Amino acid sequence: MNLDLKKLKLRSVNEKLQSIDRKKNSRKFTISNPEGNHAICAGLTENIDVTIKGHVGYYCAGMNQNANIIVDGNVGTGVAENMMSGKVHVKGNASQSAGATAHGGTLIVDGDTSSRCGISMKGIDIIVKGSVGHMSAFMAQSGNLVVFGDAGEALGDSLYETNIYVKGKVKSLGADCEEKKMDKKHKSKLKELLKKAGSNIKPDQFKRYGSARKLYNFNIDNVSNY
Amino acid sequence: MCGIVGIYLKSKKFEKSLGGMLSKMLVSMESRGPDSAGFAIYNSDKNKTYKYSICLNEMNFEKFKKEIKKKVKLINIENNSDHVILKSIKKPHEILPILESFVEISLVGYGKSIEIFKQVGSPSKVVKKFNLDNFSGTHAIGHTRMATESAITTNGSHPYSTGEDECLVHNGSLSNHNNLRRKLKKNGSKFNSENDTEVAAGYISDSLKNRNLKQTLKKGLSELDGFYTFIAGTHSGFAVLRDEIACKPAVIAETKDYVAICSEFQAMAHMPNVNNAKIFEPEPGIVYSWGK
Repeated sequence: MNLDLKKLKLRSVNEKLQSIDRKKNSRKFTISNPEGNHAICAGLTENIDVTIKGHVGYYCAGMNQNANIIVDGNVGTGVAENMMSGKVHVKGNASQSAGATAHGGTLIVDGDTSSRCGISMKGIDIIVKGSVGHMSAFMAQSGNLVVFGDAGEALGDSLYETNIYVKGKVKSLGADCEEKKMDKKHKSKLKELLKKAGSNIKPDQFKRYGSARKLYNFNIDNVSNY
Repeated sequence: MCGIVGIYLKSKKFEKSLGGMLSKMLVSMESRGPDSAGFAIYNSDKNKTYKYSICLNEMNFEKFKKEIKKKVKLINIENNSDHVILKSIKKPHEILPILESFVEISLVGYGKSIEIFKQVGSPSKVVKKFNLDNFSGTHAIGHTRMATESAITTNGSHPYSTGEDECLVHNGSLSNHNNLRRKLKKNGSKFNSENDTEVAAGYISDSLKNRNLKQTLKKGLSELDGFYTFIAGTHSGFAVLRDEIACKPAVIAETKDYVAICSEFQAMAHMPNVNNAKIFEPEPGIVYSWGK
């Protein structure tokens, strides 16, 4: 079923997709003429396929659960923010804060993302086939961030337990983020993630970054600074 | 918040529809800035005529026309709502003191190609009021304001022009504008409001005396403290700069015919062939410029 945003109101399109009858078989949708509108496909809960044909605005697919959403274009700030499950695939570039605070699911971006990709992520897997901007994975708590290209300044600043895999160059690491050894279990997890993104790049080409865990507890040697 | 928009035409193809395209951008950025709106549109006459853009405020047009004609030899004076475009071959250093003697009015911009219109009210009302759809030109910049640090007045609206054919729109806020204003005043700059963006415009005009626009903005990175996405216009084009934290959004679309910049993509969704344009976000701390 095609939903044309030139003819239908954004709110009615979202309401329709948010209230899919489980007994119905119609589970494939396309949205045409998104024209940069915000919050398209926000709050979906059912296992449906939605393809958005064109560029979208902010918070696309926010809070997603179960739905499989493809954006055939670029996305604005906060794509898949606070996603719980499901899959979001952006074929163009993403703006800042892609996958912010998301608890689960998979976000794949074929292009680049700008700053703060995966900020405060809490379990999502984010795979970026291009590069990510500055302060990506800032305060990231859990999940995986995979970057095929380069990472901007202060990658993984104040990081908790997210694993970051980068194939290209890292401009600089943020506070408490360090390069880590790639164990077998990391390689197999990365292989699984790369497969999800339809890539056959070898895990050996990536470097792993994680938390040095030095900010977890107060260091008494710093007491004079306070 | 605030919304900023700009169009630079690479070919003559869309010159006649420039006003209409900018008007749609401003209206769609109403959600980011409902308090006031304004635009600067460049249409270069290649003669020696200067255009002075004036907001009449409460003054009656006929009264102003009668009085200014006594003092200045004009080529033309045109009324557009509560604004006036005054054309004369007299140079700014001769005209500006005369205009200052009219206490009711405010000069919003001047130069050989720039015309500026700005007023309080929603962007849709402002573009209608000035008939922006009918304007043509080579490039244009616009702003929709959500007021934060200074009052909702004409003088608090963008674009700010503090030099010949120069203008600036700004999304963000500056934290060192009071200090900078004091310094610039010592150097002879004049300010008409308490607004932070006016200081940035004054800073740019002051710096342009010794540098080009690109060098000026680069230097501004270390001297302007705060959050910003700027679009700075000159007679030949415009430049874009985001601060190094880059919290304030911007997206650029470039085709063989034009460059469009907006705070959000939705503001340029109506642009011709935009879905096949090269679309990117300006990187933090890097100056992008078009024109000379």
